[in-house]
Amino acid sequence: MNGMTGLWVLVIVLVAATAFGLWYRRVNGRVRDAAAPSAPASGPMVPMAGPDDPPAEVQPEQPSAQTEALAVALAGRLGEKATLVQFSSAFCQPCRATRRILEEVSVMVPGISHVEIDAEENLELVRALDIRRTPTVLFLDRGGVVRKQASGQPRKADVIAALGDLLPEDRPDFEI
Amino acid sequence: MPDNSTTSNTGRQAIDPRGPRFGAVLTTVVLALALLLISTPAGLVLVAWQTLVFGLGAIVGLQAQPYGIVFRRLVRPRLAPPRELEDSAPPRFAQAVGLVFLVVALVALLAGATLVATIAVAMALAAAFLNAAFNFCLGCEMYLLWARVRPAR
Repeated sequence: MNGMTGLWVLVIVLVAATAFGLWYRRVNGRVRDAAAPSAPASGPMVPMAGPDDPPAEVQPEQPSAQTEALAVALAGRLGEKATLVQFSSAFCQPCRATRRILEEVSVMVPGISHVEIDAEENLELVRALDIRRTPTVLFLDRGGVVRKQASGQPRKADVIAALGDLLPEDRPDFEI
Repeated sequence: MPDNSTTSNTGRQAIDPRGPRFGAVLTTVVLALALLLISTPAGLVLVAWQTLVFGLGAIVGLQAQPYGIVFRRLVRPRLAPPRELEDSAPPRFAQAVGLVFLVVALVALLAGATLVATIAVAMALAAAFLNAAFNFCLGCEMYLLWARVRPAR
């Protein structure tokens, strides 16, 4: 083992970490549409092929198991028009800033509630919803169905835009 | 909403988030040098020093972490007040994650297993660099996955 080896390892680590960091910066906190099973049952359900979930789990007719688990956890804290559900944990740096952003939005936009759930104390729910990181933010419509989600701290403008998509008729009610 | 300065409900401190970030920059420099000098006595000294730094931060607390002390004494007085404070628990957890890597590296170096030490230092360096350059907190990201697979308490 000589000095050259250390230099090569150093270069490889910095290049690989930079590539990862750039990718992370792009995807972190991005609001995306939620995976298939939360669509309401209207007519025969076409099994939408989510990238991760096997189609066998799709239950037509009834609300999905995920929606039910969430409804139990929220227990009446659903917002009138939409709900922002934030999963947080003790060792989560960006959870604090995320909380502030979501609180500001829920004050600014009428009918929106912000509910924060401690991931560690609700591991059953975390597994049921396949939450892997904190913060994860779920965007629920008025029926409590997950429509969008973001993992990592979302930007405030993205949260507002996502709510705008959820409530198209309410768009003129608020300004960014 | 409770005021978000001073202490949280569990008695943890609220700290300036730029402190841990500054510490991550110093850690990145120290570990990069350690990697270059890993087979020399200077490499051993650097690894031992960084192990001590992480140990103080993780076990005693961030107020005892040398880079944090440098930040508070020399850097923070020259900066504007922070826009917001953060909980001290996540950075302290990150110090503990770093400590695990550095203890492995130190023991390996003392045992003459330079390759193992190189890998351990390289992993700690990657984590510190990601924290310094991208504000990415490896310990925070791993924490929930670990909590999910961990048997119930």
